[in-house]
Amino acid sequence: MSKIQNLDPGLPPPLIRLDGLGKSFALPDGTRFDAVKNVSLQVRRGDIFGLVGKSGAGKSTLLRLINLLERPDHGSVTLDGRVLTSLGKRELREARQGIGMIFQQFNLLQNASVFDNVAFPLRIHGRWRAHEIEQRVHECLALVGLAEKIDAHPAQLSGGQKQRVAIARALAPRPSVLLCDEPTSALDAETTQSLLATLRDINAQLGVTIVIVTHELPVVQALCRHVAVIEDGAVAEQFALAETGAARQTALGRALARLVAAPPQEAAYA
Amino acid sequence: MPDNIVAILPELSTALGQTLLMLAIGLSAAVLLGGPLGIWLFLLGPGQSLANRPLFAVVSWAVNTVRSFPFIILLVALVPFTRVIAGSSIGPVAAAVPLSFAAIPYFARLVEQNLRDVPRGVIEAAHAMGASELQIIWRVLIVEARSGLVLALTVLAISFLSYSAVAGVVGGGGIGDLAIRYGYYRFQTDVMVLTVAILVVLVQAIQLVGNTIARRLDKR
Repeated sequence: MSKIQNLDPGLPPPLIRLDGLGKSFALPDGTRFDAVKNVSLQVRRGDIFGLVGKSGAGKSTLLRLINLLERPDHGSVTLDGRVLTSLGKRELREARQGIGMIFQQFNLLQNASVFDNVAFPLRIHGRWRAHEIEQRVHECLALVGLAEKIDAHPAQLSGGQKQRVAIARALAPRPSVLLCDEPTSALDAETTQSLLATLRDINAQLGVTIVIVTHELPVVQALCRHVAVIEDGAVAEQFALAETGAARQTALGRALARLVAAPPQEAAYA
Repeated sequence: MPDNIVAILPELSTALGQTLLMLAIGLSAAVLLGGPLGIWLFLLGPGQSLANRPLFAVVSWAVNTVRSFPFIILLVALVPFTRVIAGSSIGPVAAAVPLSFAAIPYFARLVEQNLRDVPRGVIEAAHAMGASELQIIWRVLIVEARSGLVLALTVLAISFLSYSAVAGVVGGGGIGDLAIRYGYYRFQTDVMVLTVAILVVLVQAIQLVGNTIARRLDKR
């Protein structure tokens, strides 16, 4: 398809490929609001890709279209060569095992222990045996540094710890992609910093591709390799964070360039 | 002990057994049929995974309609239906039929309202992990709402303890029937006081047990 900009021709096909995605919502007054307008994007395997934009720009909706939490009105989502938008309900449930997701509000089961929360995605997909689940939950909690909290309940944890449990839960079924919807927006600066370090480790050591939605530019600067600036439901510009030569077209793009160029002490989460 | 009370002691234990039988049948029907109905109603609601505005309106209307019948009217109106189901229109088992009929939509509504308190994001996270509708019901909705559901069942049990007393009118038997026949028609105030005291104790016990279980289940 010619309309899609291929980031690096010659490389293997992208892990995530969004083609002409659109989504509108009905408003109470009867009109429709176009949250995402004809968006095409590609995310390469192993990348950390940021979707940035002001609130209401449609970046969260775009993220939720990737695992079809929102159904697009038109367009297609392809993950690892598999067209998710054409899958049936059962196949989609199966495919979602390969797509972890974490949220701003963590969304843990409050009445379940940390162990049961992390075991949740393994238990709903029948092919894990009890001892495999146990082993995998321990592995994942060790990975996020929360092994000692295995019997705690979410109410006994801090915000940062809850988000770590959510990351462990998302990683348990060995996904190829981790979708992050404003994962640090409910956390303080220090906690954000250590959480970002964990996300970087996950990307580096496990090769999990990360797509993150955030409005915090320092988070983008500390984490992302590629960025798409979303404005008014569309991709306003797209660039590699390290590439500072070309002039940026959006205010957010320019702000990010300034942040990258700034001396290290001004970089909040470096 | 007053003679009146001594005289009804044998009947008292029968009546207590009848009350508990009516309550057990009514509550079982409420949990087994009203529970799923309430979950269905919740899932049909706006923004939920089976959202269906017309069907939600119809089911919700039906639940409200049954709930708007004064119980004593339901008791009488259902007599032909009761005969078919229970084979008779008198006795505690027969009285349990209209009792169940009233308890099912009552509990369904309580379940629906409790499930609305489950944070939307948690349900969404389960969808994102690939959970099926049934898995979300058992592993998310019921787990997260469980202490509220126990309290809902407690409310139901107490309401239907007093409904079961009304069932005495159609020969349902039970503690309430005893209170009316001896305490009221025969002016045996001591019997009246005793039956009311038993009901007070039962209600307090049910509430205490319900509160304790709900507190233990709640880890939020």
